[in-house]
Amino acid sequence: MSHDDVLNPKQMPHDPEKATLEGRNKFLGFWFFLGGETVLFSCLFGTYLALNGSTQGENTPEHLFGLELVFIMTMLLLTSSLTSVYAMYHMKNNDFRKMQMWLTITVILGLGFLGCELYEFFHYIHEYEFTFRSSAFGSAFYTLVGFHGGHVLFGLSWITALIIRNQKRGLNLYNAPKYYVASLYWHFIDVVWVFIFTVVYLMGKVG
Amino acid sequence: MSTAAAQKRGLGAVIWDYLTTVDHKKIAHLYLVSGGLFFLIGGLEAMIIRIQLMKPDNDFISAGLYNEMITMHGTTMIFLAAMPLIFALMNAVVPLQIGARDVAFPFLNSLGFWLFLFGGLMLNVSWFTGGAPDAGWTNYAPLSTTSPGHGVDYYIMGLQISGAGTLIGGINFLVTIVNMRAPGMTYMRMPLFTWSVFVTSTLILFAFPALTVGLFLMMFDRMFGSAFFDVGLGGNAIIWEHLFWIFGHPEVYILILPLFGAFSDIFSTFSKKRLFGYSAMVFATVLIGFLGFMVWAHHMFTVGMGPIANSIFAVATMAIAVPTGIKIFNWLFTMWGGQIKMTSAMLWSIAFIPSFVIGGMTGVMLAVAAADYQYHDTYFVVGHFHYVIVGGVVFGLFASVHYWWPKMFGKVLNEKLGKLAFWPFFIGFHLTFFIQHFLGLMGMPRRYWVFLEGQGLDTGNMISTIGAFLMAIGTIIFVINIVYTSVKEKKVSGDPWNGRTLEWSIPSPPPHYNFVQTPLVRGLDPFWVEKMDGKKGMTPAEPLGDIHMPNASILPFLISGGVFIAGFGFIYQVDDPAWLIAVFVGMGITLGSMLTRSLKDDLGHHIHKEELEEDIKKGAGK
Amino acid sequence: MRGWMGRIRSLFLFGALTMLLAGCGIENVSALKPKGYGSELLFDLMMISIAIMIFVFVIVMAIYTFVLIRYREKKGQEHIVPKQTEGNKALEVIWTVIPIILLLVLAIPTVQATFDLADQSSQDEEGVITIDVTGNQYWWQFTYADQEIATSQELYIPTNERVYLNMKASDVIHSFWVPSISGKMDTIPGENINTMYLEAYEEGTYEGFCAELCGPSHSLMYFKVVAVSPDKYDQWVEDMQNVDPEAAPETASAQEGQELFNNNCMSCHAIGGASAGVGPNLANFGNRTKIAGILEPTKENLKDWIVHPDEIKPGNQMPVELVTREEADKIADYLLQLQHSEIGQDVPSIGASE
Repeated sequence: MSHDDVLNPKQMPHDPEKATLEGRNKFLGFWFFLGGETVLFSCLFGTYLALNGSTQGENTPEHLFGLELVFIMTMLLLTSSLTSVYAMYHMKNNDFRKMQMWLTITVILGLGFLGCELYEFFHYIHEYEFTFRSSAFGSAFYTLVGFHGGHVLFGLSWITALIIRNQKRGLNLYNAPKYYVASLYWHFIDVVWVFIFTVVYLMGKVG
Repeated sequence: MSTAAAQKRGLGAVIWDYLTTVDHKKIAHLYLVSGGLFFLIGGLEAMIIRIQLMKPDNDFISAGLYNEMITMHGTTMIFLAAMPLIFALMNAVVPLQIGARDVAFPFLNSLGFWLFLFGGLMLNVSWFTGGAPDAGWTNYAPLSTTSPGHGVDYYIMGLQISGAGTLIGGINFLVTIVNMRAPGMTYMRMPLFTWSVFVTSTLILFAFPALTVGLFLMMFDRMFGSAFFDVGLGGNAIIWEHLFWIFGHPEVYILILPLFGAFSDIFSTFSKKRLFGYSAMVFATVLIGFLGFMVWAHHMFTVGMGPIANSIFAVATMAIAVPTGIKIFNWLFTMWGGQIKMTSAMLWSIAFIPSFVIGGMTGVMLAVAAADYQYHDTYFVVGHFHYVIVGGVVFGLFASVHYWWPKMFGKVLNEKLGKLAFWPFFIGFHLTFFIQHFLGLMGMPRRYWVFLEGQGLDTGNMISTIGAFLMAIGTIIFVINIVYTSVKEKKVSGDPWNGRTLEWSIPSPPPHYNFVQTPLVRGLDPFWVEKMDGKKGMTPAEPLGDIHMPNASILPFLISGGVFIAGFGFIYQVDDPAWLIAVFVGMGITLGSMLTRSLKDDLGHHIHKEELEEDIKKGAGK
Repeated sequence: MRGWMGRIRSLFLFGALTMLLAGCGIENVSALKPKGYGSELLFDLMMISIAIMIFVFVIVMAIYTFVLIRYREKKGQEHIVPKQTEGNKALEVIWTVIPIILLLVLAIPTVQATFDLADQSSQDEEGVITIDVTGNQYWWQFTYADQEIATSQELYIPTNERVYLNMKASDVIHSFWVPSISGKMDTIPGENINTMYLEAYEEGTYEGFCAELCGPSHSLMYFKVVAVSPDKYDQWVEDMQNVDPEAAPETASAQEGQELFNNNCMSCHAIGGASAGVGPNLANFGNRTKIAGILEPTKENLKDWIVHPDEIKPGNQMPVELVTREEADKIADYLLQLQHSEIGQDVPSIGASE
């Protein structure tokens, strides 16, 4: 596969993300990376579960969390995962415009999620004086949820950069794998959030 | 860009070449040199420790400095010497053994190296800025979280940065081995070294994130006032121990497995026999890697996890002895019936077997949870893990360096000097560490700055120190050998050992595209198979054509340099918020470089058929 | 010998091995000279494991030596190509199954001993002593809650009784280890309390160590376990309960020392009672075998310690030059005459048999 083939938008195979060796490497390498990320979040979850009772008698999970906002956040992120699936569907159909559109919607939904999270943190800090330094529970909560939030922020920047960079030239075999792994990353973030929603918020409220 | 053009250039050009290189062979050189230097630094620290423990109540160095020495000795040897030296071998050999032209992600390969180097430099800068980390290489909280000064902060930032590099390297080799094998190189035809690198990379992938998290939590505690390990605010110090050992135990196998692989190749080559029980060896390697994750808590038998947990981890740990035993016997039977040639590489490998068997046996003894209440944190443990790490990893590194030196540099290390270095090191090693098992049982805990007179520990410690000096002599002779070989020895052919695997089928050092034509692999030990069929080289799997190669880039260096600067900012912003500027500048450089990488297309370049034909005329083809 | 392991011990090569290893180390220090229930149990366990390991080692080395001698390439053999054997299934099975059997043989006593040493069934019984152990940088506090007494650096226990220790740390992780009586256990700051038991067979003073890196003076955090007969132990408890911190010393110098001590040192230290203070409880100080766990109990050493504790145990909490050397002289007079109990003075100590 020569340079020109790689950058030729007209010759798109069915799986453009896996058409070149570089693409296949990227695809596989990114899956491995997500494996490592899984361990990373498992360790954070483990730490959280070990410390979520160490509230120093105040600001317990039950007392703090409100499920309404968290429900909205969950919906935003789940929907954004769906829209990124649409985007990848259009990539396989070689419909660049629609792919860009769905990715833009993904980014907007992600921004909504991030806004809610910032509001939530702001709320805890100002209404409850519940901070990173209040107790071991505080440290564990902000670290786990904050690590996820950081991943969301990074994912948003990444997808935005891709959208802008490739706006004018369309899809080719060089950038297709980039789009594809970015969407994988976004799904991963979504899955992690499902666990956070369950372990942190639901179990915190009910358990 | 070909190797011919690389000769006769100025020093500046060479440095620039190495700063920007994405060629796995040059990255191997970088790993080898920096890992080697850190090995010497770590060795110097070891000598200082042994001088301090030469006699009872010694005051050669102060108590505080002693703790810095032991911490830096352990950290340096594990993270900055053993790991990069292993990465040097991985880079130098794995792509060649599977018939690839480079690794899967050459850019990330370079990034991994520079992250490691800057992390290592960061750690060692601490010596000059008011004190190195002093809470042991295990860095247990709350001793580490309450340690005064910035030593432990350097530990956190240094390991975080170099750990990221290692993780990247691990992913890179996984993908390389899965995706980049030459036609016919099935999994069950891969040389054992490649197999063990594959398993090691998996371990790196799943083990290092635990360290990453542990280091983040400790960083937050020390620099941003969180309370993970602060019992006053409900924290729990044992979390660190778990996170550290969830990483730390697989790390032991990350270190030893690649050398197991290297020994397998060496025994096979110098016995002129194929590896005995190849599939059993592969199975054992995978099993060791898998079990390596199930046993971390055997480092914590005395923490008070209760008899049930202790028993489970004890039995799981003992189980690892089985696949390790399988390996030992298969090596012995590889030599059985062979034609054993006693080269320096083989000498180190032969010496490895009894040394490692002793280390493995004391390992099983340590697995006996109850008995570990006596062994734990004594010199028995120090003796044990040096038997495994020196007797296994360091012997393995010496053997591998002798074995693959001609492939990397085109010259065979002087055999006489090689053997001359071996004997003092080997004798010194046993003198130093065998006696330590007894010192431990006689009541000497590890990490003791002084031991008292009248506890029966004097003679043993003296013997141990004498042994350490012998090891130092061996190491010095080895360094002399490298210099002597570079100056005096002559270039050799691509196959000086009558090798069996693909790397010996190409010139030494290989051209930067490795294989003019991708070889066709027809069996285990593919080069040997061809040689037995009376052929001189591999049968190509493709016609001669243009070769696509990646471009060099300075970005990995900049990305790593950025986090290096930011690291100092994080450490010192505790004292003065103005240091946050360093954080922003550093992260700016890093993120800017990453963005550049992301936005700027880098499609690599091609080496044209005509150039290759030129090279073949000069002898690069075979 | 107690239990079935003792009977095994007399079998096969155990006798010789035991003799050999028991030659190592000093009485009342070394784990190889067991003087208590735990250490003896573990010693036997060590012997079983060493015997198995030596058995394996001998086999490996026999094959190894044979191979190296028999199959070394000789001059003129360079052209020979040996048969390329792939492997042997039967052999693989043999060297898989035999180690598994050997490990099972080892695993059973391992699990038994692990549960045995974690046994706490008798802790709540009437008359069973429980002592609270606290590890501090760099000294040990022993509180006998039921008896309302406390000591530091010297742990008194009765012989041939199970004494339970409830252990924690006040600052960083330490590890409590008396090799000749039992294995070690970590002391951890926070909620986590570890429990172990000691049972000493003979009267004696046994050396104790901190076995977890805890700071610069980690290697100076020694303590003693003083095991005495139950009668003497009861006497000691009574002596300690009768300690009167106000008691006036005989000499004038010591009386001045007492006043200096009360004014300068009492905010951290205590004499008698069950207080777990910032610093060690100094009851019976004059009878201690060591000052600060490491120095010989001479007056000069004590003065050095009082004025410049940082030079002796770097990083410890005791203030430097809180009193002058002259004042220290008087405080030393006072402290050295604090001899509240004679119990434990006549028992065998370290290296007694050497």
